[in-house]
Amino acid sequence: MFDSGDTAWILTSTALVLVMTMPGLALFYGGLVRSRNILSVLMHCSAICCLSSVLWFALGYSLAFTEGNAILGDFSNVFLLDMARDAAIGTIPESVFFGFQMTFAVITPALIVGAYVERIKFGAVLMFTSLWLLLVYVPVCHWVWGGGWLADMGILDFAGGIVVHVTAGVSALVIAIMLGNRSKFPDQISPPHAPWMVMVGAAMLWVGWFGFNAGSALSAGSDAGMALLVTHLSAATASLVWLTIEWIRFGKPSLIGLVTGTIAGLATITPASGFIGPIGGLICGLVGGVVCYYCVDLIKVRFNIDDSLDVFAVHGVGGATGTILVAFLATESMSGVGLDGISVSGQLVTQIIGVASVLVWSVIATIGIIYITRKLVGLRVELEDEVEGLDYKAHGETGYNL
Amino acid sequence: MKMVTAIIQTHKLDEVREALNAIGINGMTVTEAKGYGRTKGHTEIYRGAEYQINYIPKFKIDLVVDDGIAENVIETIVKTANTGKIGDGKIFSWDIETVIRIRTGEKDQQAL
Repeated sequence: MFDSGDTAWILTSTALVLVMTMPGLALFYGGLVRSRNILSVLMHCSAICCLSSVLWFALGYSLAFTEGNAILGDFSNVFLLDMARDAAIGTIPESVFFGFQMTFAVITPALIVGAYVERIKFGAVLMFTSLWLLLVYVPVCHWVWGGGWLADMGILDFAGGIVVHVTAGVSALVIAIMLGNRSKFPDQISPPHAPWMVMVGAAMLWVGWFGFNAGSALSAGSDAGMALLVTHLSAATASLVWLTIEWIRFGKPSLIGLVTGTIAGLATITPASGFIGPIGGLICGLVGGVVCYYCVDLIKVRFNIDDSLDVFAVHGVGGATGTILVAFLATESMSGVGLDGISVSGQLVTQIIGVASVLVWSVIATIGIIYITRKLVGLRVELEDEVEGLDYKAHGETGYNL
Repeated sequence: MKMVTAIIQTHKLDEVREALNAIGINGMTVTEAKGYGRTKGHTEIYRGAEYQINYIPKFKIDLVVDDGIAENVIETIVKTANTGKIGDGKIFSWDIETVIRIRTGEKDQQAL
């Protein structure tokens, strides 16, 4: 029956993961935009949190976590109609499992906010989020964690490298391209208006990530303990990687650089966290830090794509990198949990199929969702509103009244 | 009476205020200002991308003083606000016609 220790830890983790979005991610993103768009970013994250929670309850959870078929669950547990008060998932109440998973369904579409800040219509945020949650997040969640076809193949994704970071990162890149760059990108864009706020948000994400990864053990034992440890090691290592690269390249290490490295390290360790050992955590941080750093340059400077707050380069690429690394790092020789009767190359193929198929589905579905959203509510605000800022133009409020 | 306006480096404000206090100036208006001159702003780097910051933060000090001490006030500001690097700012001065203290209605010299 229920284990009170496990239940207590997942209740705690649920709160930690909610804090990642509210207000961690909101502050992390909010500090990176111009001062006249701060409230719009906080609003996007808050509204997405509420909307995703209700949709998860109404439809999402049932479609992700009921048996259904290999592609999608069924409607048997919509509005939790099929959940008994004392229903159990493993050693915890199903209500706790539902809540924990709900906080993942909240943060994943909220991650995409970073791609479309400072120029999107608020109505488009709500419509895009609703459709995206149901058409991208929910199916992929079922494929990987709900007994779908990738789960059957033996995919390893402990806490959402694929389900959370690849889906959100790839879709962010698609919407950044289809929405178009901010009007003065790249030459005359204003710098982040509050780097201190970015650090505060990143720190909340870091702490919240303990719940995200160690909570994904769904128990309060050695898996959770090791997941928390490797999560911290990867975050710290990737932060140092960014600090070092910036120091060498520009002569000054920046705060925003360091905390962006933190998030890159956290995204990279996510799929691997419950399967690997401490050295694996260090390696995830090193590799994830370097790869994500150069991807930010690649997308923004080389390709000139205004994925404004680098969602793809940090989350998408980090999540995919960790998903690939897990095939090597989960082995017993790397003090991981060991691969389940399969060779490293066999597991690697499964991991690559997982990343590639989710990438393709995210691109296709996101393009479709954007077409529908553009048709029904429109995507972009008028140029005049973009220049004056979304805080007043979309919400009638001002962030700083001094 | 003269109006003296000085644009100075932000880290020099306290030093300038103390020096002016020492020569008997006991009131001023300070404004947070932004601008550029020969320095033409500076660049900041976030996540590898360079941003051109055109306007650099400065403090603007405004004071109205007797003609007799205006020269001394200006000299004091020049001496204390100087670091020898570009970006130290500028001082402007000109004649003032009227000064009125709102509370009492006193005028000119009495109102200073």
